[in-house]
Amino acid sequence: MSALGTLFRRREAGILVMIVLFCLFVGLQKPQFLTLNQLRIILLLTPLIMIGAMGQMMVLVARHVDLSIGSILGFSAMVSGMLYRFDETAFGFNVPWWTGIPLSVLVGAILGFANGMLVQLFRLPAIIVTLGTMSLYRGLTFIISDAKQIDRQWIPTEIKGLSSTSIFTVPKDFPIAGGFNIPWIVMIAFGVAILTHLFLAHTRIGRQIYAIGSNPVAAPLRGINVARVTVLVFTISGALSGLAGIMYASRWGFVNPSNTGFGFEFQVIAAVVIGGVSINGGVGTVLGTVLGVLLLGCVAAALPLLGIPGTSQAAIYGAVILVALLIDRTVRQQGIVGLKRVRA
Amino acid sequence: MLKKSLIAGLGLGIALATGAAYAADPLKIVYIGKNTGNPYFDSITGGFEDACKELGCEFEFVAPATAEATSQIPFIEAQIQRGVNVIAIAPNSPDAMNQVLDDARSKGILVLAVNGDLVGNEGHRDANILPVDFTKTGPNQVELMGSLIDYKGEIAILSATTEAPDQNTWIAAMKKTLEENPKYKDMKLVATVYGDDQPEKSTTEMEALLSNYPDLVGVIAPTTVGVAAAAQVVQQRGIADTVHVTGLGLPSEMRDFVKDGTVTAFQLWSPYNEGWLAAYFADGVIKGTIKNEVGGTFEVPNLGTITIGDKNVMNTQAELTTFDASNIDDFNF
Amino acid sequence: MTAADARSTPSTMRDAAPARPRWQVLLIRPETMTFILLVLGVIAGSLLSPFFLDIEYILSSFTLYAEFSIVALVLTMVIIAGEIDLSPAANMALSACVFAWLQQAGLPIPLAIVVGLCSGLLMGALNAYFVIGLQLPSIIVTIGTLTLYRGLAQVIAGDKSIRVPDWFIGIDKIMIAGIPLPVVIFAILAVILGLVLGGTIYGRQIYQIGTNEVAARHAGIRSARIKLSLFLLIGLVAAAAGIMTASRLGSVRYDLGLGGELQMVLMAMLGGTYIFGGRGTILGTFLAAWLLVIVSTGMIVANVLPATQLCVLGVLLIVSIIATNFIYSRTQR
Repeated sequence: MSALGTLFRRREAGILVMIVLFCLFVGLQKPQFLTLNQLRIILLLTPLIMIGAMGQMMVLVARHVDLSIGSILGFSAMVSGMLYRFDETAFGFNVPWWTGIPLSVLVGAILGFANGMLVQLFRLPAIIVTLGTMSLYRGLTFIISDAKQIDRQWIPTEIKGLSSTSIFTVPKDFPIAGGFNIPWIVMIAFGVAILTHLFLAHTRIGRQIYAIGSNPVAAPLRGINVARVTVLVFTISGALSGLAGIMYASRWGFVNPSNTGFGFEFQVIAAVVIGGVSINGGVGTVLGTVLGVLLLGCVAAALPLLGIPGTSQAAIYGAVILVALLIDRTVRQQGIVGLKRVRA
Repeated sequence: MLKKSLIAGLGLGIALATGAAYAADPLKIVYIGKNTGNPYFDSITGGFEDACKELGCEFEFVAPATAEATSQIPFIEAQIQRGVNVIAIAPNSPDAMNQVLDDARSKGILVLAVNGDLVGNEGHRDANILPVDFTKTGPNQVELMGSLIDYKGEIAILSATTEAPDQNTWIAAMKKTLEENPKYKDMKLVATVYGDDQPEKSTTEMEALLSNYPDLVGVIAPTTVGVAAAAQVVQQRGIADTVHVTGLGLPSEMRDFVKDGTVTAFQLWSPYNEGWLAAYFADGVIKGTIKNEVGGTFEVPNLGTITIGDKNVMNTQAELTTFDASNIDDFNF
Repeated sequence: MTAADARSTPSTMRDAAPARPRWQVLLIRPETMTFILLVLGVIAGSLLSPFFLDIEYILSSFTLYAEFSIVALVLTMVIIAGEIDLSPAANMALSACVFAWLQQAGLPIPLAIVVGLCSGLLMGALNAYFVIGLQLPSIIVTIGTLTLYRGLAQVIAGDKSIRVPDWFIGIDKIMIAGIPLPVVIFAILAVILGLVLGGTIYGRQIYQIGTNEVAARHAGIRSARIKLSLFLLIGLVAAAAGIMTASRLGSVRYDLGLGGELQMVLMAMLGGTYIFGGRGTILGTFLAAWLLVIVSTGMIVANVLPATQLCVLGVLLIVSIIATNFIYSRTQR
């Protein structure tokens, strides 16, 4: 098969086609969809999911799944929020604004590590362990916070600013794209994606994750320390959820014990699966996952613009996931040409 | 094995002796909120607690983890079983709880809807306590918006869910006010969108409003989640001087936006007084000092004379309170 | 096979390890674990609150979970066959919405029920098409269809709730020998499915498919056909459960049974069903459903914070799976 053919047979091609077709379709009806401003809106919808998706992708590649990421997000955001809220009462001074970032990542990593240990030590199926810890961590979030929300005024301005300011902003009176910028959290999310790619593609441990997922039985025979890699994967997933937690505080300006991160796992898994990561392990790329996240972002931004009532949006999401599964299967079997046959 | 399962089930039944219903002396009031972690209810609970201290009642607040329509049912059943005297509830659904509320009332429990009503099913509760006369909310909000935009230009509404009964009452009143009052003839309502009381959805709806209606000068969001989300979009885009956001918001959530000039003014009522009034009313009805009938009046400390209105509805205040930079620091909820 | 047989005919055992004494075979089973937890739950519940130990209250509380429990029985069979279905709670909502919408549009109730049940079958068939026809992993497919079905329910019903006629309300108030009808249905279905799974060829084939599908196919088992029947069955039963819920609540909204998929999976897991297929019993799920009800109502009636309830459920799940795994590794090597 020619190189071009191989390229088009890749998973990413199918989803890219979907994104382009979808944007053209929406753009024909609402030209304002194809503007820089709209691009910024779409990009701002994606960073949390993208960060979570990188961790979830690694877990799926290793043939596990992590359902607790939404609760980890909520818990770690709450810990940082409470630090900001009570630092003066507890320590007598205000902590620097950035303290929440390493703190959330650390807290997330600890919870993720606990998941990994449970899975590895007791040889338990990850889906059940993380279903349990999803409930447990959410309960703990309520307990530590006394079921109280952390309001906007307690989240440092600099943290909130990560969602609106950028390293570079086009001057407001500039003729093209005045005022356009790509906020910090979007850049952080893409940074995480690039690092994940480098980690998975160019480090030994990264390759070992794929090896474990492709064949868990053969992996130890090849000298891979399965236990270590498994725990590591869950720890990374937790740490990234923690990062997404502080990003939540930045994006929405509050932390709520019940809403923050609720349903996050479903959004992330949907994005990852649309991006072509196989639930059976061993298969998945960062590029595909990023495209999956962007597709969901495009859909989320387009629906209100088209005036589609909120009551139809869930049905459309569901349909998108199923169509993505169908296209994925077709592309993998017959290449992009196969799509024509499906349409006909 | 199957036999065993049945025997196990029966054995369980036999093992459970019937517990006796307890009747304790102090009045037991329970308030069932929409969900835990909802800052709005902290304030109502505060009113209940303080009033119950004065009155010598026992008070407890319980709430399910999520606010879906049926999540309060097990809590109501449990309170019936506990033998409380008064169930106050912020209903998550106007009708899914009819049966269980009827059970409660048939056992002699006083059922109050507090901060929201069983619209269309008023017969399934004894009385309803609302913060203000809801027919005033719409006109008050339109007047506030008008004062912010010099009574001219395109405005839009960002609401909660499409069927939220309170919001829909207010929106209908807003539309009527805009049409009928010549003062507002230059204000044009171009769209009503729904953010489902989720920050994410409210934000994307707000962004879409700004994209679809570039000439928009004002957005009214009569829901605490929506108004905060709308204000945040305006703040992040730095367009506070061209697009004015107002609505119903919690001072604790809106303080920052008022202080940095994103929002000039918004409105709400005192949730604290709802709890305060509900406790006094419940105490009075159970002790027989207050008659729960339409047109009746009674005195409540700090609130003055309260009149029981049509369908046994009571209000704690006549008009909405407006919050702006001058008074926002006086409120701590 | 019993211990006595094994000892009297050693030659046929071909020097195998000595068989376990009968009491061990009986006791060291995951269901025993569930049963012990159940007893502990009852004890803990009665210590937590004097209002808990009341058989009438527990039975009426069970009606709140009966619909999920009924579906969980069938889900157990699906999981044993090596698949999973996360969509039945959404299926319940959509079938109930279809049913309620049709009867509101004037269709006679029996006909509306039939159409509602058919829509449930159709949803099961769609899942089966993706999972069996297209060979896609069931967990992902049903996450997709769960979103789709609930979304369609929202399209049909909007955010409104649809009332059902008064005479149709109250399935949970119908008593048979003092036991509410939904609980009776649950028990009868448990017996039937237990017989099917434990005592028929069809049942044994389900276990074989779950243990090793390729081997099962080589052994002449029509795995596709059996799995199709399971997906259709769970679709049908979910629809029936949805319509039962409509009768219990008296109204239908799109968020009926929201989050129920987790409860159902929890029941199956607590009952010792192995998530990757091949192991599990109906008895286990039957006991686990009671366990869940006892634990939830015990904590709610004791006014334990919902947060603590979440923690307890999470820990319970992890503990029971550790125990189940331990037991399987000891007894089924």
